[in-house]
Amino acid sequence: MVVKTIPEFPVKKGEPAYKLWLFEPGERKEMPLVFNLRQLAETRRPALLPGHRLCAGCAAPIVVKLASFAFRGPTIVVTATGCLEVSSTIFPYTSWAVPWIHNAFENAAATASGIEAAVKALKKTGRLPYDQVDVVVFAGDGGTFDIGFQSLSGAAERGHDFLYILYDNEAYMNTGIQRSGGTPKYAWTTTSPVGSVLPGKMESKKPIAEIMVAHRIPYVATATPAHWMDFMKKVRKGIEVEGPAFIHALSSCDRGWRHDTAITLEVTRRAVDTCYFPLWEWTPQSGYMLTDRSLAIARNPQLKQPIEKYLELQGRFRHLLKPENKHLVKELQELVDAAWEELLRKASNAPR
Amino acid sequence: MAQTLVKPKIPVEKQVLMTVNGDEAVAYAVKQSLVDVVAAYPITPQTIIVEKFSEFVADGEVNTVFVPVESEHSAMSTCVGAAAAGARAFTATSSQGLALMVEVVYIASALRLPIVMAVVNRALSAPINIHNDHSDAYLMRDSGWIQLFAENVQEAYDTTIQAFRIAEDERVLLPVAVNLDGFFLSHTLENIYMLPDESVHDFLGGYRRVSKVRVDYFDEEVPLALNPARPLSFGSLDLYDYYFEHKVQQVEAMKNVPEVVREVNEEWFKLTGRRYGDGIMDGYGVEDADIILLAMGSGAGTMRSVVRKLRREGLRVGLLKLRMFRPFPFKDIADKLRNAKLVAVMEKGISPGSYGPLFLEVNTALYDLKERPILVNYIYGLGGRDLVPDMVENMVKGLFKELESGLVQPKLRYLGVRE
Amino acid sequence: MAQQAGWRSLPKAGVAFRLSTDYKTGDWRALKPVIDYNKCTKCMLCWLFCPDMAIVWDGENVVVNYDYCKGCGICANECPVKAISMIPES
Repeated sequence: MVVKTIPEFPVKKGEPAYKLWLFEPGERKEMPLVFNLRQLAETRRPALLPGHRLCAGCAAPIVVKLASFAFRGPTIVVTATGCLEVSSTIFPYTSWAVPWIHNAFENAAATASGIEAAVKALKKTGRLPYDQVDVVVFAGDGGTFDIGFQSLSGAAERGHDFLYILYDNEAYMNTGIQRSGGTPKYAWTTTSPVGSVLPGKMESKKPIAEIMVAHRIPYVATATPAHWMDFMKKVRKGIEVEGPAFIHALSSCDRGWRHDTAITLEVTRRAVDTCYFPLWEWTPQSGYMLTDRSLAIARNPQLKQPIEKYLELQGRFRHLLKPENKHLVKELQELVDAAWEELLRKASNAPR
Repeated sequence: MAQTLVKPKIPVEKQVLMTVNGDEAVAYAVKQSLVDVVAAYPITPQTIIVEKFSEFVADGEVNTVFVPVESEHSAMSTCVGAAAAGARAFTATSSQGLALMVEVVYIASALRLPIVMAVVNRALSAPINIHNDHSDAYLMRDSGWIQLFAENVQEAYDTTIQAFRIAEDERVLLPVAVNLDGFFLSHTLENIYMLPDESVHDFLGGYRRVSKVRVDYFDEEVPLALNPARPLSFGSLDLYDYYFEHKVQQVEAMKNVPEVVREVNEEWFKLTGRRYGDGIMDGYGVEDADIILLAMGSGAGTMRSVVRKLRREGLRVGLLKLRMFRPFPFKDIADKLRNAKLVAVMEKGISPGSYGPLFLEVNTALYDLKERPILVNYIYGLGGRDLVPDMVENMVKGLFKELESGLVQPKLRYLGVRE
Repeated sequence: MAQQAGWRSLPKAGVAFRLSTDYKTGDWRALKPVIDYNKCTKCMLCWLFCPDMAIVWDGENVVVNYDYCKGCGICANECPVKAISMIPES
């Protein structure tokens, strides 16, 4: 059925390197969640095809790739306007191996609500040739913290069954690194530049994941692409849960954060190690639970790194490493520590 | 309006006589039209549509999934998602709600999604006004949607059902806005005839069937929808090398619409005994008229009663009611108006800095005629200002006097405003 | 549709009609990864993390698909045994 436009490189044995996801009507088998990488490589293909135009070293395609390894069957993807959307579908090309739609900037969650409603209606009237079709949204911090927040909040309140993955690169990167509600304090962006009076963004990062917890949706989690097993588990949980699920994935941007393309994952690793971006999940039944590296740090506080270890990798914080800005670093450390302590108090699996 | 020269397939005895207002009529039409997803946000005077429909849902009378969205922008976005996934989708709004969702309105037509939207026409702020005029409909005239205007509650019911048929036609694949005047129609009770459910199902051919499309990476045509069997990508980024072509496709797609609207109108006539002119416009006394009034919506009804009275008194006056505003039927308008001495374009909207939008279209339609009538533009009814028969009668008699005197001016006038 | 298509032949609704596998991003790179198979333990992390799907498992080895590799160096950085070197593109 597929015209031979996908190169079969470099097949020695097994299936072509890149495939479209084709679920014939009536197919019922659920794809299991596999962590053995060789098995994964042999049985799964990413939902993103190569040839997309995201920057070299961008974490967003890694987020999508890893998430898609956790999809369980027919999946429809919605993307908000942003780096991922723009770079993966420059007409006439598309990098999506699954059915995909982009509507506008602030309505990814509303569009997903419509798809989910349609799937429900088709199922009700016997016109859906599958047991279930999952709806997954990928949206950036622009389309989630700020302009897209209403849509997300409304969809969460209505309880639609979808998974919303926020790939947070902490600024409006696609339009040229302008500050968003997700930009951290004292970060340089083009609309919160470091000048002689102001040292970057003066406002704190909006605690989006906690806001989603306040919506009391069935599943909320934070994740990074570096902690891939944790991320895949969370994506799978988010898909399997009935109702809205939200995953806040930190997605480093070598262009906007000013770091070398090769250390993209290392940056997110350090974000977790310094407790700037702790890994946790939340359900109404079990409350906050630390996971992966953050759980290890909670059990062994010596593993916690000072915030400088995170800041030193990124050009957007370079001004903070100057001696005259020591007090700003101290302030950031205090903010991180306070948030970490609060999380330790809330987390049911933190050691007492 | 019903000309029963041929016995309709569903004679009036088999139709159900109901006393409903315009909003309820639309809600019933949607109920019968096998709609899969309804996503709407309340705004006066559309609220009754949503409320009535919610009752149907609560009583389990429809299989529709009703999504009570948190804004009109999300209402249209949800409809876009639903229609892209292959569902039949409907929404309704007015005024500020339409203004809020207009970004997505353009997207819906560009993605060729056959969404039907009832626009219960209401004035745009500021000042905030909940009453009727056509400024909200004019707001979306460049969006690539088909726009039909209903004159009475019966037409609102009929047109809503027809809209799904027109939108989903293979030759069209464009969303349709069904306009009905706020309060004058939405909240006014009329006795109307409704079809039995099965007749509506048959007329629409059952549930929505999606179209097909050919892309390079599949050997055969595949369903034009978000389909896990044959993945497609909707809503790409176009650079300057493709956007123009995509937009021209939309413009060209409108060319098939008049034929489909006429066909559907005829088929409806055979089914119910009712039709609205040829589906695009309905003339009354235009063949021999010296002065023709041209109007859309419920105002046409008032004007027709005045025209009828004046014709009995011997005045050569006629009324052309325009039902389809987009695509604008330039040739048909020229044909119907060419022999008149004067045409008064009556409209419930303004474009500050220019004439009324309807006037500009009519003007364009007549431009190429060697001999063409004098055109005047009457702005009336803004913000729900009532149009009473006396106003129309005085206006027509005044126009006859002006014609006689040979001096017709000014071009832009207001009917019913205090100076 | 090798020449740019006109409005008469483009598919409806602006749906994309080609896959991005036709668009070789390999010419973006300034550095290219080279795998030393003597060191490689086949842990598959480079395959897992490559943002461009440019490292492929062919059943026996991980292989770089230079058609798409943008030379970001994530594979080299993540390799636990430092089996990948980033060398300047000639």
